[in-house]
Amino acid sequence: MDTALVIGIAGILASAAPIVFAAIGETIIERSGVINLSVNGAILLTAMAGFAVAVTTGNVVLGLLVGAVIGALVALIVAFASITLKQSQVAVGFVLALLCRDLAYFLGNPYMGLSGPRLPHLPIPGLAYIPILGTVFFQHDLMTYLSFVLIVLAYVYIFRTRPGLMLQGIGERPAAAYVRGANVNLLRYIYTIVGGALIGLAGPMYSLSVKAGWKGTISGLDGIGWIALALTIFGGWNPLRAALGAYFFAFLQWLGLVLQPSLPNVPSQVLQVAPFPLMILTLLLVNVGNAEWVDRTLAGLPEQMRHAIARVLRAMRTSPPAALGVPFEKE
Amino acid sequence: MVKASSRWTNLAFQLLAIALALVFTSLVMVLAKADPLEAYRNIVVGSVGSINKFSDVLVAWVPLLLATSGLLVTYTAGLWNIGVEGQITLGAIFTTWALRVLQDSSLPAGLIIAIGFLSGALGGMLWASVVAFLKIYGGVNEIFGGLGMNFVATALTIWLIFGPWKRPGIGSMSGTEPFKEALWLPTFTGLRISPWSLIVGIVGIVIIYLLLQGTYFGLKLKAVGRNRRAAFLLGIPTTQYMWAAFLLCGLFAGLAGAVQVLGVYHRLIPSISSGYGFLGMLVAMLINYQPTWAAPVALFFAALNIGSIQLPIVMKLDSTLSGVLQGALVLAVLLMDGVRQRILRRR
Amino acid sequence: MNVELINIHKWFGPVHANDGITLHIPSGVIQGLLGENGAGKSTLMKILSGFYQADEGEIRLDGKPVKIESPADAIRHGVGMLHQDPLDFPPMRVVDNLLIGHRGGLFPNRAEAIRAMQDLQARFGFNIDPYAYVDTLTVGERQQLEIMRLLWLGARVLILDEPTTGISANQKEKLFATLRALAEQGMTVIFVSHKLEEVEELCHRVAVLRQGKLVGELEPPYRTEELVKLMFGKVVVPEDKTHFDSKEPLFRLENISIEDYRLQIRDVSLTVHRGEVIGLAGMEGSGQRQFLQACAGIIRPVAGEILLDSKRLTGRPYREFLEAGITYVPAARLEEGLIPGLTLTEHFVLAEPQEGFVVNRQKAAALTTQRIADFSIKGMPTSTVESLSGGNQQRALLAMLRQPLNLLLLEHPTRGLDIESTIWIWGKLKERCRQGTAIIFTSADLEEILHYSDRILVFFGGKVSQPIEATKTSVEELGQLIGGKGF
Repeated sequence: MDTALVIGIAGILASAAPIVFAAIGETIIERSGVINLSVNGAILLTAMAGFAVAVTTGNVVLGLLVGAVIGALVALIVAFASITLKQSQVAVGFVLALLCRDLAYFLGNPYMGLSGPRLPHLPIPGLAYIPILGTVFFQHDLMTYLSFVLIVLAYVYIFRTRPGLMLQGIGERPAAAYVRGANVNLLRYIYTIVGGALIGLAGPMYSLSVKAGWKGTISGLDGIGWIALALTIFGGWNPLRAALGAYFFAFLQWLGLVLQPSLPNVPSQVLQVAPFPLMILTLLLVNVGNAEWVDRTLAGLPEQMRHAIARVLRAMRTSPPAALGVPFEKE
Repeated sequence: MVKASSRWTNLAFQLLAIALALVFTSLVMVLAKADPLEAYRNIVVGSVGSINKFSDVLVAWVPLLLATSGLLVTYTAGLWNIGVEGQITLGAIFTTWALRVLQDSSLPAGLIIAIGFLSGALGGMLWASVVAFLKIYGGVNEIFGGLGMNFVATALTIWLIFGPWKRPGIGSMSGTEPFKEALWLPTFTGLRISPWSLIVGIVGIVIIYLLLQGTYFGLKLKAVGRNRRAAFLLGIPTTQYMWAAFLLCGLFAGLAGAVQVLGVYHRLIPSISSGYGFLGMLVAMLINYQPTWAAPVALFFAALNIGSIQLPIVMKLDSTLSGVLQGALVLAVLLMDGVRQRILRRR
Repeated sequence: MNVELINIHKWFGPVHANDGITLHIPSGVIQGLLGENGAGKSTLMKILSGFYQADEGEIRLDGKPVKIESPADAIRHGVGMLHQDPLDFPPMRVVDNLLIGHRGGLFPNRAEAIRAMQDLQARFGFNIDPYAYVDTLTVGERQQLEIMRLLWLGARVLILDEPTTGISANQKEKLFATLRALAEQGMTVIFVSHKLEEVEELCHRVAVLRQGKLVGELEPPYRTEELVKLMFGKVVVPEDKTHFDSKEPLFRLENISIEDYRLQIRDVSLTVHRGEVIGLAGMEGSGQRQFLQACAGIIRPVAGEILLDSKRLTGRPYREFLEAGITYVPAARLEEGLIPGLTLTEHFVLAEPQEGFVVNRQKAAALTTQRIADFSIKGMPTSTVESLSGGNQQRALLAMLRQPLNLLLLEHPTRGLDIESTIWIWGKLKERCRQGTAIIFTSADLEEILHYSDRILVFFGGKVSQPIEATKTSVEELGQLIGGKGF
């Protein structure tokens, strides 16, 4: 196989790692029934803070930890406002998205353009030298390996374990989970904070590895969080599918970079936004089956065509946890 | 009696929220090793320290108020029109386009400016209609549709500035070639604020106020926003009302973009929306989506923006401090409102 | 298990929902708890099952005073409750429904759960596929699943809240047999209902609640008049059946087929006359809702014709149905019928045809005062609808109907209402019939269907019976039919 392609694939896996973390974090939060719109701001803030801490202390692990803690704190605000105070989750999340972004730019000012430490590459002894596979999977930094682990872990946890079943339950029908002994609001707090910590790791993963450094408004991170949110929907609240979406997104970004030289007239900023309209398109595909006009139009079609189209739409369609965004009160 | 006392508790909680936001922002400044009082003083001086400064505040106020006005319509319809940023940008692009086409024609300058406004409104509506279409016929949440279109609008601006509309010689981030002065909105002598843009802004919010407060349109829109299914069953054409809300908001956003081009920058620049779309969303949240207080709160936010422009020069602080304060303010008000309701429920 | 409820009090704001109730239920007994909607039965049972805490009073289980903090706490004490709308997880599998909340290690043992479930199924003659999704089950099967789950968790007291609503005669028989078997094994069964015959048929003893108070305890043989008198505080004479069927054709369905992703209704023809009332019977999810919505123009049939008088409405948008005088009133009042956050005045303004551009506040205020009086709604013109009680919300919905109307389509018009509200609402509806409006309605209460309809359509899994004359059938026969007999 072509080495450039192999390195490309390895690069895609690595550059998708933060998005995998963010999308799975959000998936866990939304599975529990809470919408957290603050992702974009949280990633920017944790990218800045993680970088600042790593530069100051020279310790990348500390940078990652600070990211996780800040991410958890932001999520805690969302949880407190929506679960305890019953304010609009969308409003609080959106304000936090803006506030965290501005905080990142304001506090990050002194760290602009500094060169800092990076996550070291940790080729896995033995495995790293397998042809092709070694390059693709086993010559990454710690967090990229963890992103692989996270996908499997999150999937198994949600769909195969006892607490995972309950997690599905509190997002689906909190009243039924409550009579089965769940402390719904406490669990929602916990999952929101855990998910927030995962999202908070995404920031330092950028500033310490994928897009190392902090460059303020031109860091190229603004927008990633919204992509992660869209991937949560696209993934149908399934970590496996969300991760696939993340890899697809990273692939598109990579494609933009590769195509750049052959399209000299197109400013780089234009190619960078290409994934966003594509994201809309994928959301369109998974959502169009829910639109009312589709049912009406289908009803007017001949039977075979109607059934065929309905089957395709149903296969693509994703539907959110039934209690997503709905506060729980035991009457 | 009950009403009066609840109004006072409301006020108390709002004051508490403001205090909370100030404390938070001060802490952030301490973290950045800056003197908060000094910063606040600079913001005040920088916004209302002179008639010139205050006229600059008004310059920012008009597009912000226009964006807020439009957003009040979409909020009433229960829609999160995050795409407002892109709608402002497209308004600016369309205005620039119209002016570029007409600037060398023999039409009177006033007419060209009027066409510029109309084109801006059209551009905003066009961009809003994409989001509306995705939402209504594709089931794509307007938050994601809007965000996507925002990014596309930004890319479009940059492509235009560096491509077809680049300055003679080489394109640069400073934007397109400025228009001749005859095509600028006439201003008060010595100030940067134009009476015309003030009129557009004030007339805009008055229209929205009347529309939402007393008409069938406003009531039906509210019904659609509160319970779309029930509104539909009652016979309200919900699809048309959602279209109307998006288009109206796009129109106002487009006008804001037109004001940015005609009255402020006189050309197209990369960040032509100045973030007034998102800021308008914050204003709308702060006034609980009711038009009554839109104008004063928007003025306050505009003052914060203008007042913090000097911070990088005077105190070596990033001017996003105003964003921090604005965000903290809205967050604190939301939280305090939640606390107040929780206490009331307890009783 | 012996259950003692001693001097239970519970207030909701000013409402005294349970007023000093003392009740002793020995084990091995099926205890009936009779009372009409709003009498306080559900509150009392929710206190016993840990949903609410009593403001005063004591609960003793086997003589031991206990404090029941939550439903999960209740089941640890051996008290399990089956809710009217089974509290399960529709999009998940049966076996996962059993496992959620069951204690154990990190990885649940599905095989063990299925084994336990199959044992219980064999014991009671149930037949549910452990890998089926819950939303494919009927309400009766979901109840069976809940009963098995509670037994598997070790329940020794089983509370059933109105369990016979919306299930077939067969499922009811099976349910009663199960309950009898459980009582024989020493289980305490509390059967909450407002249906006299069922209580008389099943229960070893009956306690009657009225307006939050325990007003009587009886043992067989029961005298129906006595139960009625205890339940309502007076002898209620059911209002006479009134008929306004004019035999003048109004609304016609010709070979209508409706499709939905899990249900197909084929080839239904029906002619509705002015003033006629047609009841739709069937278990929840058998197609009645889709049928009503197709009549209302909300969903579009895949084949067939819809005609009002001679006007063809097939495939026309909902608004044209509305303009033709066809109105649909959904069951979910706050979700689909009313608009939370809006006041009564705003609702009445919205329901009237628009006049001009600006709302005339004085006219709106006058209209609202009038409607509030006409429909005796307990609320102010500025009350938001969510602050009204269920009965008053239903009255507001009826008050919003336009005048005149050709066809009124009602989904569960009296669900959850007490007898007085029910009678009052049907009085208003029959008035409409007198004026020539035809009514098609659904209800889970077969007696209501039998009492108020001229003709009845029975639905089973999307299949629709021929119209049945209400005078020529009975509750028993309808119960058989909704369970699929004869389809």
